[in-house]
Amino acid sequence: MNGAELKTEVEQRWPGQAQWRLDSADAMCEVTCARAALAELCGRLFLEWNFSFAGLIVEEHPEQWQLRYCFYGEREAGWVHVVTKAPLAERTFPSIVKFVHAADWHEREAEDLFGLKFEGHPQLGDFILHDDAWQENVEPMRRTFDPHAAMQHRKPDADWRPRRIVQEPGAFVMPIGPKYSGITESVHFLLETVGEDVIRSTPRLFYKWRAIEKLAEGKTVDQVLLLAERFAATTAFAHGLGFCQAVETICGATLPARARILRVFLGELERLRQHAGAIQEICESTALVVANSQAGILEEDLLRISCELTGHRYLFGLLAPGGLLCDLPSDSCARALEQSQQALKELNSLERALHVSSSFLDRLEEVGFVALRNANVYGLLGPVARASGFSRDLRRAQPYSGYETFNFEVPSEQEGDGYARLRVLFAEARQSVGIMEQAVAALQNGGVREPMRLRAGAALGWVEAPRGGAFHWVRLDDNGRITRYRIVPPSYANWHGFHLAVEKFAFQDFPIMLSTFDLSVAENDR
Amino acid sequence: MSQWVIKGLRAGIKTTAYPARAESAAGVSPGLPMAGDFPAGEIAALMACCPTGVFSERDGRIIVDHRLCVHCFRCVRGVNRPVGWQQTYEWGMVRDGQHEFGQPFRRSIHIIVVDAGDCGACLNEVKQLNNPYYNMHRLGFFITPSPRHADVLLVVGTVTDHMRNALRKVYDAMPTPKRVVAVGACALSGGVYAESFVCSKGVTAVLPVDVEVPGHPPPPLAILHGLLVAVGRKPASLMAPASSGMETSAPSG
Repeated sequence: MNGAELKTEVEQRWPGQAQWRLDSADAMCEVTCARAALAELCGRLFLEWNFSFAGLIVEEHPEQWQLRYCFYGEREAGWVHVVTKAPLAERTFPSIVKFVHAADWHEREAEDLFGLKFEGHPQLGDFILHDDAWQENVEPMRRTFDPHAAMQHRKPDADWRPRRIVQEPGAFVMPIGPKYSGITESVHFLLETVGEDVIRSTPRLFYKWRAIEKLAEGKTVDQVLLLAERFAATTAFAHGLGFCQAVETICGATLPARARILRVFLGELERLRQHAGAIQEICESTALVVANSQAGILEEDLLRISCELTGHRYLFGLLAPGGLLCDLPSDSCARALEQSQQALKELNSLERALHVSSSFLDRLEEVGFVALRNANVYGLLGPVARASGFSRDLRRAQPYSGYETFNFEVPSEQEGDGYARLRVLFAEARQSVGIMEQAVAALQNGGVREPMRLRAGAALGWVEAPRGGAFHWVRLDDNGRITRYRIVPPSYANWHGFHLAVEKFAFQDFPIMLSTFDLSVAENDR
Repeated sequence: MSQWVIKGLRAGIKTTAYPARAESAAGVSPGLPMAGDFPAGEIAALMACCPTGVFSERDGRIIVDHRLCVHCFRCVRGVNRPVGWQQTYEWGMVRDGQHEFGQPFRRSIHIIVVDAGDCGACLNEVKQLNNPYYNMHRLGFFITPSPRHADVLLVVGTVTDHMRNALRKVYDAMPTPKRVVAVGACALSGGVYAESFVCSKGVTAVLPVDVEVPGHPPPPLAILHGLLVAVGRKPASLMAPASSGMETSAPSG
């Protein structure tokens, strides 16, 4: 279904309730609709017309609220932004979660940070601002809130108790974290159990909330680029790219061919390295020592390859709006490719060995199962969704940075268990090296940065980060400063759906489920 | 299962010779900007290009506070006259010269790692210490999940408001004597986040810090060096600028 067809459909169903702005060049259509029609329109896009939900962007303009629900489909279907507006005094909106469950956390976040109410949402409250530490009515994302006031230390409320879902005789909650295990990110798990098996797991996140979106307000593009690169540094390049693409769309910049191709090359190098890291974590969680070491060697190899090529192990300081901050010599890229091919050879050999290790497979197969239907309803992203048979990939669905000119497959599996997720990681690593080969072959001499003039406007940048689709919404004012920056990282969607994988499981499988989901707390918490 | 034995043997020994000998492999460190002489006309441009204020000037020389460096490379890639760059990795600095390092920490130590708001990179670099390239077990360093068993508290990340209490509780639960090693620009200075309503200016706002390891993130070898400094098996780096009020300790045998 493309924009024009959609328009006809909606005008028949909700006559006079929606206004259209169709931009066929960008395959983008913006529907401004009345609040009464909002939930059902979003529901139809998501449930019937096969659009994916990218995110809810709340903006506080001087006079009014603007809520923007972003959806995207395969290729021609393009983007649909459903927009609804209300005067600032009005703070209640209809909840869309009964149709679009993927929007669940988005509405909770908007309630927490902007103080908006969503009618019909089943669970608002305690989310980003932990209820045991923050007073009511603190709304940090409102314009009037000053983020640079010194930190107000809050005393945690010792009597606060988390919401319990399992109501059975003998049920109790086992709290884990935020500091737990060896070298792990800070997150708190509430495991509800009635004995041996865990029935429900609720992650409590945002211990690492750094309020990136608030800090970005009023800063220059270059300053915010630093934040975009650094808030989730294991996938720094992808997020930096998402931000740069949003700025470039606002300013109508055209990129030099060499910059586009180098961006693809570096993006795939990052994916390869991140997937090797994810594979290492999976091997570690199953306590398969040699495989853990082998994968660890590969991850370090790829970190060194990245550093040798770019000067930094996590690809910092390369991106600039309008291209790249510095050129990378073609022969260095060719050398990095050669080393990556060697690493891939090792990775393939590791996969073959794992494939015949029954003790390893026993721990992954049928563990952490996510059904395709659930993957869709929760809007899961990246390798996790593709392992459940949902093969949408932004590089293919809505190509950016010239991905439409590259030949590659989007690997997917049907089983939806831990082993399927592992196989997807290996298959994607192979595709990444394939793309890197094509990129090196396509490299031509030329500049890597086009001077561009900043102008006012707003746009969405998107990128298929190693963990899945990432969306960056940027609004610039007349002085080229950021007035709104919204990041929707893939881990946000995948953490939301993580409890699906850990229903009714045995305790000892928990680390395995966690590692096969390849979740980043830093990315989610922002 | 024999395939894993063969596979392991075939991989050979990957482990670095550091700290006995220097590591010379490519890509082990992103390096840091270097202090020293700089053309007078270019100093202002250099200082202006740095978003975190790493550089200052004294008597025509530039002074570098590495704790603030977030590896944005603007001072190399964004200016006419790039700053000098050192491809080193022995970056562990002693925060307070009064500390008597040594005795209780001479042999094997247990380390507890707390993520107090890290972006993932520092933690990933700490994780690399367990892989065969660095294999910190050979030096008697072990990661423990329990503060009760820990000698050294390794903190990564700017300390967020939500993590303040958890970090403090971990520290309080550790038996004395204990050491705190702060790793990465965010843990040392708050990085690009501080100071705000949810982020403090690094670990010192909450805990006394003994050893600081700059970098964004510091590579595994720098973290290893920081740990060796904390236990008195390596002299601290002399990188700290005199103007920052930090003392550098004399090498301790």
